[in-house]
Amino acid sequence: MCKDCGCETAGHVHDHEHPHGHAHAPAERRTIALERKVLSQNDARAEANRVWLKTKGVVAINLISSPGSGKTYLLERTLERLNGRVPCGVITGDQYTDHDARRLQGKGAVVRQIETLSSCHLDAERVGQLLPEVVGEGVKLLFIENVGNLVCPSAFDLGESFKVALLSTTEGEDKPVKYPALFSLAPVVVLTKMDLMPHVDWNLGKCREYLRRIHPGVFIFELSAKTGAGMEAWIEYLEKLVE
Amino acid sequence: MHELSIAMSLVEQMEKVARDQKARTVPRITLTVGVLSGVDPEALKGAFPLAAEDTIAAGAELVVELVEARVRCRDCGTLSKPEAPFLYCADCRGFNVEVEAGRELYIKSMDIDVEV
Repeated sequence: MCKDCGCETAGHVHDHEHPHGHAHAPAERRTIALERKVLSQNDARAEANRVWLKTKGVVAINLISSPGSGKTYLLERTLERLNGRVPCGVITGDQYTDHDARRLQGKGAVVRQIETLSSCHLDAERVGQLLPEVVGEGVKLLFIENVGNLVCPSAFDLGESFKVALLSTTEGEDKPVKYPALFSLAPVVVLTKMDLMPHVDWNLGKCREYLRRIHPGVFIFELSAKTGAGMEAWIEYLEKLVE
Repeated sequence: MHELSIAMSLVEQMEKVARDQKARTVPRITLTVGVLSGVDPEALKGAFPLAAEDTIAAGAELVVELVEARVRCRDCGTLSKPEAPFLYCADCRGFNVEVEAGRELYIKSMDIDVEV
């Protein structure tokens, strides 16, 4: 092999400088038609996750929202209420730390943390690796708490049964039209921190309208995980899902 | 949408095709990107060289074919172009629609150089 340019042509002599990249052997250009999804690898893994979960009779929810909307707080209160009634598993994702996993411990569910480090969303591969650990014998409901982000997670199928979007009263009520990708794909929306509504200029009616325009037929829960208002309807819904 | 993640997925696919086809280089990749896909073609073109660096895709040309949104109304049957960000029938203003085009994020084709 030519040690300068790596070609394998026998008898090739280097007695002069020549630029790298010149072809020693004839090459042919071909166009390969693919019509393949860009995210086919993630999608394939997601589908494998989906089949695995379905076979075990598990309902998996992909919880997506901005950072600070109250996903973890809602999960804490939800797990407490479901403890002893519905066996749950939780996979929670953040760029760094296991703070959320720690908060969710001791409430009757198997909890695992994914630290994505640089990634702004969970992906099917990472979630798939944890499924056997988190979804033990008898687990009926799996919560996947995605990385706080209203944009990227909606594009990465994890194999969930459906997506649930969270929106808090401390965020603009027009978020649904600003982030149509997520809200048009989530059949269920939970409006959180309703106890703060009197203290912020937030229009509930407008929010409901935006949500329905972006996603006709969307199921909206309005609650405060802190005061407990509206939590009963949410818990009842979850229990019915796994009946 | 995180275009760099998408670009990295693209490069992975290019490397796989190159291996399967025993290609020396992959000089061009053509994508079909719908306006509802959440991917910004310009951002993707910017991210692609970063993801392709030091791979078989380095220096490859990224061609993006944009696809407009089209919805089929289940009430009046019309195929129309919805007004972003809402997906309603441009004809009867109904919401009972099926998205027929615009969500695509496909690799249409790749050009490869193989030794003969």
